[in-house]
Amino acid sequence: MGPIAKLLAQRISLGLLLLFFVSILVFVGTSILPGDVAQQILGQSATPEALANLRAELGVNDPPITRYFDWLGGILTGDLGTALTSGQSINEAIGNRLGNTLFLAGCAAMVAVPLSIFLGLLAVRYRERWPDKLISATTLTTISMPEFVLGYILMFIFGVQLRWFSPTAVGYRPDADFLTRLESIALPVMVLTLVVLAHMMRMTRAAILNVMQSAYIETAELKGMSTFKVIRKHAFPNAISPIVNVVMLNLAYLVVGVVVVEVVFVYPGMGQYLVDHVTKRDLPVVQACGIIFAAIYIGLNLVADVVSILTNPRLRHPK
Amino acid sequence: MFVRIPFAAMLGLICTGLFFLVAIFAPLLAPYGYDEVVSNGFWDPASSEYLLGTDGIGRDLLSRIIYGLRTTIWIATLATLLSFTTGSVLGFLAAVTGGWVDQALSRFVDLMMSIPSLIFALVILSITPISVTVLILVIGLLDSTRVYRLARAVAVDITVMDYVEAARLRGEKTAWIIFREILPNALSPLVAEMGLRFIFSVLFISTLSFLGLGIQPPQADLGGIVRENAEGLTYGIGAALYPALTIALLAISVNLVADWVLARTTSLKGGRG
Repeated sequence: MGPIAKLLAQRISLGLLLLFFVSILVFVGTSILPGDVAQQILGQSATPEALANLRAELGVNDPPITRYFDWLGGILTGDLGTALTSGQSINEAIGNRLGNTLFLAGCAAMVAVPLSIFLGLLAVRYRERWPDKLISATTLTTISMPEFVLGYILMFIFGVQLRWFSPTAVGYRPDADFLTRLESIALPVMVLTLVVLAHMMRMTRAAILNVMQSAYIETAELKGMSTFKVIRKHAFPNAISPIVNVVMLNLAYLVVGVVVVEVVFVYPGMGQYLVDHVTKRDLPVVQACGIIFAAIYIGLNLVADVVSILTNPRLRHPK
Repeated sequence: MFVRIPFAAMLGLICTGLFFLVAIFAPLLAPYGYDEVVSNGFWDPASSEYLLGTDGIGRDLLSRIIYGLRTTIWIATLATLLSFTTGSVLGFLAAVTGGWVDQALSRFVDLMMSIPSLIFALVILSITPISVTVLILVIGLLDSTRVYRLARAVAVDITVMDYVEAARLRGEKTAWIIFREILPNALSPLVAEMGLRFIFSVLFISTLSFLGLGIQPPQADLGGIVRENAEGLTYGIGAALYPALTIALLAISVNLVADWVLARTTSLKGGRG
């Protein structure tokens, strides 16, 4: 096995191990915390018999280890269990919603990634001049706003006052034609883009500036290369690995931002489903959604790791 | 010693100060009670009587925002204090003792940070009863992982210093080393980080309340007030925008101050990186 393949195998198994511990954390976290699921579902006025019945039905009486392995076995074989409140299979409910969420996050990523790299480069090119300052001020503003604040401001301006886009995504149908789908998610995509744009731009700017301070860049400048050529030929190749890292970390961040944005725009995705069932205290659904979100998050971080190893020969030979 | 404060930082300081003053003196400043129904209509427009109009069930919006600001700032402050005490004490402990304590704590923090905080909080809140105490605990403890990493990194640099070695040789206890040797020397980077953690707590509690999993009605923090009035937006009533903008302004002001403190302490650190 080559050194790269070995390194990759190592990283992937590390990711899987992490996911295994996360599953324990999610399960144990919801088992040992004070709070009685049965009581929460039935309310304070429930009779002791009803509580006992529900507990038996939920399997709360089994030892925790048995319950954990039942649950884990189910997930590994692709069975997420049934929702307590509706009695429906979680697989069915999640199937469509996961697709919707990934579509929304994917569209946002398609806009945000190229835009933020371009703006990050622009900020470096005009460092300490007005474009850089304008970009910094904008990022400071968007970083300081929770997703829902940005969402409602854009909804009010573009959806309600100007009527350019539909204010909510209630009418979103996954089987509609592509343009209709894009139209109904225009505002959520805009919000998500702005949210990750700020982080991504700041980090891209920092990564490139870091490279720009190296000695070989100074040499290139001293021999009279134009700034854009210096960036393109010397700075960018060396900055790829930190930038890819930035992009992946922000895509992971997008996964979380999507939860709130879906609630704001009433978009039928995973996030809304999760929040809904936290309110209803439907534990199996919350555990299933939690583990899926964590898996996507860990997966994207893993990809960031692997790509930076592949693009940076220095990392391929750890001491 | 006179320190020249840049304009942006000054603006941030003044605004942050104002926000805290409003929060402290909320009962004196608010024209009406936070749950006092003062009008029969809903979403009355702004008038001399109700400066920002009324909300969906006829409560004065300005009073509600003032009280909401108080709740938000109060919870965020307590959560920040909690995350700082837990995070820095554990971080210092890990750096000073090293060995398996350090390994166990650090790997556990890695694990906690591999799940997005919001998702983790949602999982926890699905089972615990939702109260102010639980919210402060959840936000503070989830945030303490970040403080832990910073505190540990700073303290690891300090533990190799001669004066720590001297204290060890004198036979001082671990607690003495942590509080008398490490803490005073690690304080400036930690304080600089405090502003950022405070903003994080503000955004976190606002988001949770907005999702309906934070402060429960009729009590409300800023996020909760946005939620209550969000319905009005589709009818062209902008009531929800006022609390939303308050959150943004609060976070921006603190950010301006934090940016300045952060820049100052990094330049103070000089070549030590």
